[in-house]
Amino acid sequence: MIKKTGNLNKNKIISRRLFVLVVAKIGLLGIITSRLYNLQISQKQKYEVLSDKNRIREWKTPPQRGIITDYFNNIIADNQRVYQVHLSLEEVTNFNNSIFKLKNIISLQEDEIKKIYERKEKSKPWDTLIISENLSWKEFSKLNLYLHELEGAKPVLSTSRYYPYSNDLVHVVGYVGDATTQDIQNKKKVEENFVPGLKVGKIGIENSKDTELIGSHGTKRYEVNASGKKISEISYNKETKGENLRTTIDLEIQQLAQELLKDQAGSICVMDIYTGEVITMASSPTYDPNKFTHGISTNDWNKIKNNRLRPLLNKSVAGLYSPGSTLKPLVALAALEYGIIDTKFKVNCKGHDHPYELYGERYHCWKKNGHGLMSMRNAIKQSCDIYFYEVARLLGVDKLSLITKRYGLGSKVLEDFFSEEKKGIVPSTKWKKQVLEQSWYLGETVITGIGQGYIQTTPLQLCLMTAQLANGGYKIKPNLIYDKEIDLDIIKSKIESEKNKSVSQNILKDQEFKYYERLYRNPNNLKLVLDAMYGSTNEQFGTSFRSRHKEDKYKFAGKTGTSQVKRITDKDRELDLDLEEIEYKSRDHALFIAFAPYDKPRYSLSVLIEHGGSGSKAAAPLANKLIKKILDRHELREKIRKDLKNIA
Amino acid sequence: MIYSASLNSNSYSFFEKLKAVDYFLIIIVAIIGSISIFSIYSTESGNFSFYTKNHLTRFLVFFSMFLVLSFVRVSVWYRQAYIFYVLGILLLLLVIFFGISASGSKRWINFFIMNLQPSELMKIAIIVCFARYYHRIQSSDIQSYKYLLQPLILLLIPCYLVITQPDLGTAILIAGSGLAIIWLAGLNLKYFIYSGLILLVSLPFVISILKPYQKSRILTFFNPDRDPLGAGYQIIQSKIAIGSGGLLGKGFLQGTQSYLEFLPEKHTDFIFTLFSEEFGFLGSMVLILLYALLIYRIIRIGSSSRSFFAKLYCFGFASALFLYIFVNIAMVVGLLPIVGAPLPIMSYGGSSMLSIMLGLSIVMSCKIYSQDPIGN
Repeated sequence: MIKKTGNLNKNKIISRRLFVLVVAKIGLLGIITSRLYNLQISQKQKYEVLSDKNRIREWKTPPQRGIITDYFNNIIADNQRVYQVHLSLEEVTNFNNSIFKLKNIISLQEDEIKKIYERKEKSKPWDTLIISENLSWKEFSKLNLYLHELEGAKPVLSTSRYYPYSNDLVHVVGYVGDATTQDIQNKKKVEENFVPGLKVGKIGIENSKDTELIGSHGTKRYEVNASGKKISEISYNKETKGENLRTTIDLEIQQLAQELLKDQAGSICVMDIYTGEVITMASSPTYDPNKFTHGISTNDWNKIKNNRLRPLLNKSVAGLYSPGSTLKPLVALAALEYGIIDTKFKVNCKGHDHPYELYGERYHCWKKNGHGLMSMRNAIKQSCDIYFYEVARLLGVDKLSLITKRYGLGSKVLEDFFSEEKKGIVPSTKWKKQVLEQSWYLGETVITGIGQGYIQTTPLQLCLMTAQLANGGYKIKPNLIYDKEIDLDIIKSKIESEKNKSVSQNILKDQEFKYYERLYRNPNNLKLVLDAMYGSTNEQFGTSFRSRHKEDKYKFAGKTGTSQVKRITDKDRELDLDLEEIEYKSRDHALFIAFAPYDKPRYSLSVLIEHGGSGSKAAAPLANKLIKKILDRHELREKIRKDLKNIA
Repeated sequence: MIYSASLNSNSYSFFEKLKAVDYFLIIIVAIIGSISIFSIYSTESGNFSFYTKNHLTRFLVFFSMFLVLSFVRVSVWYRQAYIFYVLGILLLLLVIFFGISASGSKRWINFFIMNLQPSELMKIAIIVCFARYYHRIQSSDIQSYKYLLQPLILLLIPCYLVITQPDLGTAILIAGSGLAIIWLAGLNLKYFIYSGLILLVSLPFVISILKPYQKSRILTFFNPDRDPLGAGYQIIQSKIAIGSGGLLGKGFLQGTQSYLEFLPEKHTDFIFTLFSEEFGFLGSMVLILLYALLIYRIIRIGSSSRSFFAKLYCFGFASALFLYIFVNIAMVVGLLPIVGAPLPIMSYGGSSMLSIMLGLSIVMSCKIYSQDPIGN
């Protein structure tokens, strides 16, 4: 019985103890349940995000740049298929070894290898490294042959920028290169769409229109495993190609212009005098933009940099030159508009023996024997300096400055389009006080009257000035990218209504003009000036008479100019050296402005030859060839204009 | 005497035995076993290959073994209890000399058909041994020093052998199972409190003799972000997997964490993580409920058993089973440091499966022969 009670007791103990254990177990299960609830229900979202971060990795794919065409849809900046070799770092076991093997198959220079190592330092272990951007077909096929020996190496067909007319358009289109930290900081669009290997515009249209051209990068999402290996593609957000751009450039005229400028330093600009479309903007010498796409070699770079004709300088917008006699039509117009002179006003040019004198200073005409008694028309036609000394003196520099600025000098033509574009200088008494902190001398007015002295202009400004004279004196909007808002018919009707508008008293005061507003007081003044320019080209003794077109449909009007590089001394005048005898750097720049056709003007142009000597000999003859081409292509351009308008 | 006379042990007919079998228990084990096979299948991204084949084979073999051994008389287990224990100790000693090393520890003996992990067998042996030990002792004698020291030594020997392998996880489980029976047998509460206090005091000392990797695991437990790619990696990834499973889970074979190999040891210690990622909170609850039912069934068998041996064994085994499950799940959800403890039946591993099935067959034997008095 003792045992039995003992057993009963034992049973009791075991049951009691078991009860405690079961309670503890239930408690512990409760803890686990609440923990699971916490992880899977309360914090689900947090862990879902973490899980996705774990398993999904993004790769950005580069967008294709938009294509740039000329007005006639000829591609001037294209995307070309290139052969590349990429190295997938996660598949490479020995990087040095892989590079060594690659070096033997494709030609890699020491400095290229150095750059590859630099880039490798910055890459993540799962990144892909671009070893060579531009392989020749031979290298590419060799690479494919040895591919089995090259772990991680991937032959890739990609696209890169290609400029089919290499040198001809570099000053308009510009070029692209690798995005620098600065590019990424400065351009929002670049920052948003940055992908390693992305090319961005450096200068020209490529630079100013980067936002439109770049497009948007794509995103490939891959599921990856714990070691970062791609398992499968989850989604592919396709990249969008950049916008295509149609420029206003006429490729054929541009090419002719570059050809005419060959081996010389200079610029040729052609503009539609109503629409403001820049048809040609040539600058010489040029260089090959294709060399910049994959990084230019030091050798090539030095060749460009050390050329004394300065190929990198976009002379059309960044070259500054005294306008010389090309300013004379404007000086005459200013004097007429202000009523300083009338058409009967005459000055006697008596040659070097009897120069123009002012406060003891003597001012010579370019013509040794003098022009004789000059009226305004003759003075423009024969480019008499003495006449314009006197007109300028009577007019005063401030009135001249006002009219000069009104017709387009002294400010940027294409606004912010070219980062390198210069404003130039249109001097005035106020300007001199402010900038040089000196008073103005009357002698300076006199030489400004023949476009020398402080005044500085770009060839594109001269082209715009000519356009705004030739269109009858209306402000136009210069542009380089085709803009459907700029419609010829609308512009012409606007001009027509402006023509019949009564002019306000203040027309000759300093003021801002809207586009297509009239700039003149009396239309007859303009007619006179334009007629004088006609004489200059088409009548005997005119300075560009030798460059004229005899055929009616090609007839144009122009004005030569010679931009002095240094002051002409009495000694120079005595020596009267031929161009070849003067040191290159001391030779004058040759200038010519013109508009065509004469009876119904439509195009204006400016030609500049650096150190080319006189305008009539070096610059005007080029205009002859150009104008024929421009007018020959007029019908075609108008047809395209109509087509584009119909599409819109 | 009265009981033994009325129910002769030989009087069980085969039909009676079959009737006495707890089919509910078998069904639960079969369900958990099936879940485990599908889970292992999922660790191989839905390929019926190495691990799945092995696991399926082992489950079928050991499950059959469980059914067959269920008919072994519980008195046989009672009589062989100490031999079972000694055999376990011998195998543990054998490991020291002939063991196979893997990832820094020596735990296995090559038995040609399988690599046996004696420490897993020891988990059952200690329960059988202690059940027998306390079977005879009067409740009044339990508090004496003799009966206090003897089981303590019996417990410390295997624990020591397992810790030196080193295998902290299994050692804790063995110790826990042993202590559970000592507790059930009725050892005074004060001893548990005292030893608890001693353990607490000696904790700094214990930590100082831990292996560096063990220390790092414990430090990592308190702050997994300490070394997210090293020691903290497993627990961080495990939590991500479980947490991202949500209420209903990502679906069978859809667990990205394990499929993409972010989960380490997904076949073994982290099998619950994989299951929980794919079947979510609800799935996990169902699995835990199945385990709870299993434990409940075992406790019920113990309660209806006549002998103290059977009672102590069943309650002890149920507690041990609970301990294995709790330690494993608490570990993978970040409630306990990673010590290396498999989830019963679910985890890949022959020895673990063998010991659990063996343990279950003794439970079933207790059920079938529940009225066996066992030699008093």
